[in-house]
Amino acid sequence: MPKRKWSLPTMAVVIAILMVSLVWTGCGQQEPEEAANPEYTSNPYTDGEDLSGTTVNIFGAFVDVDAERFEASMIPFEEATGIDIVYEGSGDFETLVRVRAEGGDPPDIAVFPQPGLMADLTRQGYIEDVSGWLGMDYLQQQYSDAWLDLSLVDDIYAGVWYRANLKSLVWYNVPVFEDEGYEIPETWDELIALSDQMVADGYFPWSITMESSGATGWVATDWVEDIMLRTAGAEAYDAWVAGDLPFNSPEVNEALDYLDEIFFNEDYVVGGTDAILTVPFGDGPNALLQDPPAALMHRQANFITGFFPEGGAEIEQGMIDYFYLPPIKEELGSPVLGAGDIYSPMADRPEVRAAIRFLSTGLSTKAWVEAGGFVAVQNDASLDWYPSQVERGYAEIILAADTFRFDASDLMPGAVGAGTFWTGMVDYINGKGANRGAILDSIDESFPQ
Amino acid sequence: MVAQETRLPKLLLSIVILLVVLGVLILAFAAIGNKDSGIPTAVNAVLVLIVGIGGIWAFYWSGNNVAEQSGEQNRNKVVAYFYVFPAIFILGVYLVYPAVRTIILSFFDRTGDSFVGLQNYAFLFSNPKMLVTLRNTLLWVLVVPSVTVSLGLVIAVLVDKLHPTTEKIVKAFIFLPMAISFVGAGVIFRFVYYKAPFGNEIGILNALRLSMGNEAIAWLIQEPWNNFLLMIIMIWLQTGFCMVILSSAIKNVPSELDEAATIDGAGPVRIFFQITIPYIKNSLIMVSTTVLFLVLKAFDIVFVMTSGDYNTDVVASAMYDQTFQQGNYGVGSALAVLLFIFVVPFVIQNIRNMRESGV
Repeated sequence: MPKRKWSLPTMAVVIAILMVSLVWTGCGQQEPEEAANPEYTSNPYTDGEDLSGTTVNIFGAFVDVDAERFEASMIPFEEATGIDIVYEGSGDFETLVRVRAEGGDPPDIAVFPQPGLMADLTRQGYIEDVSGWLGMDYLQQQYSDAWLDLSLVDDIYAGVWYRANLKSLVWYNVPVFEDEGYEIPETWDELIALSDQMVADGYFPWSITMESSGATGWVATDWVEDIMLRTAGAEAYDAWVAGDLPFNSPEVNEALDYLDEIFFNEDYVVGGTDAILTVPFGDGPNALLQDPPAALMHRQANFITGFFPEGGAEIEQGMIDYFYLPPIKEELGSPVLGAGDIYSPMADRPEVRAAIRFLSTGLSTKAWVEAGGFVAVQNDASLDWYPSQVERGYAEIILAADTFRFDASDLMPGAVGAGTFWTGMVDYINGKGANRGAILDSIDESFPQ
Repeated sequence: MVAQETRLPKLLLSIVILLVVLGVLILAFAAIGNKDSGIPTAVNAVLVLIVGIGGIWAFYWSGNNVAEQSGEQNRNKVVAYFYVFPAIFILGVYLVYPAVRTIILSFFDRTGDSFVGLQNYAFLFSNPKMLVTLRNTLLWVLVVPSVTVSLGLVIAVLVDKLHPTTEKIVKAFIFLPMAISFVGAGVIFRFVYYKAPFGNEIGILNALRLSMGNEAIAWLIQEPWNNFLLMIIMIWLQTGFCMVILSSAIKNVPSELDEAATIDGAGPVRIFFQITIPYIKNSLIMVSTTVLFLVLKAFDIVFVMTSGDYNTDVVASAMYDQTFQQGNYGVGSALAVLLFIFVVPFVIQNIRNMRESGV
C-alpha cells in the first residue's frame, strides 16, 4: 500500500498563506492616512475633517428618474467633501429596510416615505438621534415646528425631512378646460357640478387608477384622508390616526359617502371600478394626455409628473395643470394632505453625520427642485429655484394651508396602514361599496390596541 | 504494535493542525465579514477567494490527515464524518435553526416579544381573510397537481402515438414554458388578462372578446374565478414537466405487456388503465408531489398578478404580506408552520416511495 504523502512543508505553506492573509487583514486598518486635503476640509459639513474616500450608503423607495435626480442633487456635497454618496432604491423598501435592520446590515441612511415604519424602527433602537448631532437651535432654524414634530419619536429626533409631497392636487386637461370655458372649482359642490357639466358635454370627468402591486390601495386611502380632513377636521383626523376614532364612526362613513359619489359613478370614472382597480396608478394621468383626452381630471400627488409620458414637460407645453382639491366644509378651512421623505441615520460615523447635516440644508435639494417634481421643506430652500410657477405653486399651497396633515395610512400601525386599510379599500371598491359596514368593522378589528 | 506507537504523535499532530486550520478559518471569516475592518473592497474580494477556496481545501486536507492517522479500521468512518460534517452544519444553521425559530415565533406576538399561546393559530382559523387564504390554498393544491398531471399524462400518451420527429417537436413546444420563471410568466399573463381603460385594447383575451362583439372583462378582479385564472398560469408552466417525465415512463412499459393484453382482448382504454397506469404509478406519484410542493410555494405568481388582493391570497403570499409588509411576525410564522405541517406527510410518503423503488 502506497504510503500517503505526509509532507509537513505543504502544511506549513498552507498555514503560512492563511496567516499572511490574516495579518494582511489586520494591516488594512493601519494604512497610513493621507495628508489632510484642504479641498475637502473647508466645508460646512465635516467640521474641518478630511473624510474623502469614505462612502455613505443611502437606501430608499424611489427609483428611476427620482433616483437620478437625487444623485444629481448630492453632487455639491460629494465635491465639497470627497465623500461618496451611494444611493440604492427598491420598490420593496418597506420590506427590505426591516429585514436589513434586523439582519445586522442596515444602510447608513434610510429614506422613509412612511413615518409609521420609521417610528417602529426608532423604537426598536435602529435609528440615531439627529438632535444631538445638529443641535436643536439649528434644527429649529432649518424646519418649521410642524415638520420637526413629525420627526419626533418619543424623545428622539429620528432624521431630517427632505422632500414634501403634496397630495391635495387635481390635475386637469388644460386645452379642454379652455375650449369649454370650465372654471377652476373653489368648493366641493362646484367640483361635482363641474363633473356633471363634463358628463353632459360628453366627457369622462375622472381618471382614477390605483394598481400598485403589493401596495395597491394607497390611492383610495389618500382620497379618504383628503376628504376626512375636509369633512371631519384635523382634530378628528388625528384621533382617527391614533386609533381613537374608529373606522366605523360616522366621520369615516361620511367621508366614504363623498368618495362613493365619485368612485361609483360609472359616468364619472373612465373605465369604471375595473380601471380604478387594475390600471397601474402611474398610468392614470395618461388618460388626460391622450388626444382626445379619455378623462379630464385626475387627483394625485405632485410626484405624478414623473409618470407623465414626457416626464412633466407637458406642464410647460400647456397640456396639463393642477388645482387645489377644494374644501368641503367652509368652517374647516383649506387643509392640505401631504407626505414627505425623512432621512434617518442608521449608523453613527463622521461621514454619515456630515451627510445628514447636508441633507438638512436647502442646498441639498437645489438640483432636484430645479429638475422638477420636488417640494423642499428646509426653510433655507429658495422659492426662486422652482423651475416654473407650477412647481412654485406647490410650495405656495403648503404655505397657504390652514392645516397640513401627513398621510394617515403612513402614520397608522403597519397592520392597518400598509395592511387592512389598503386591502379594505380594494375590497370596498371591488364590492362597489355594498360591503362597507363589514369592511370598516374588520379594519377596526385589525387595529392593534 | 510499533506502528501504533509511532502513529500516536502523528495523530495528535494532525489533530492540532486541524484545530489550527479551523481557528485561522474562523478568524479569517470574522475579519472578512466585518464591514468596518477598513480593508479595501478589492482586497477583500481576493481574500474571500483565498480563504473560501483555500480554506475549504485546507479543512478537508487536514481532516483527511487525521483520518489517515487514525488507523485502518477507523479511517473510513472518520473520513465519512469529515465529509458529512459541513453539510450537516450548514443544514443546521440554515434549515433547522430557522425552522425551530419560526415555530417559536409563531407562539409570540407581532414583534416576537411576548408569548401569546395559540392566538396566532386561532387568528388563522377565524379571520375571514385568512379563511379565504386557506380556501384558496386548498383549491390550488386540489386543482393544479391533478390538472397538470392528467393533462401531462394525456399528452404523453397521445404524442407516444405520433411519428418520432413530430413527437419531439410537439413535446418541445409543450415543454417550452418550463423555461420561463414564475415571475416572467406572471408578467406575460398580466398582458393576457389586461383590460385597457381607454384606447386600444392590449389585453389579448379582451381583444379576442371585443373582436367577437363581447364586452371586455377585468379578469383578475372577478372573484372567485380569478383564482382559477392564476392557477392556469401554473398549469401552463408545469404541464410540460409532467409530460416529459410521464412520457419517458410510458416508453418504459414493455411492449410485450401491451401485446399480451391485446391478444387477451383488452381495448386501448383498458390497457391504459390496467397496464400503463399501474406500471407508471411511481412516476405519477413523483410528479404529483413535485407539482404539489411547487403549488405550496406558489408565491411569485400571486404576488405578481394580484398581490393577494381580490381574495386570491394563498398561504405563501399571505406569509410574506403578514411578515414583511405588516410586520406581523407572529401570524407570518404561524402561516409558515401551517405550510410545514401540511408538507410533512407528503415528504414522508415521497421518501417511502423512493425507498421502495430502491432509488
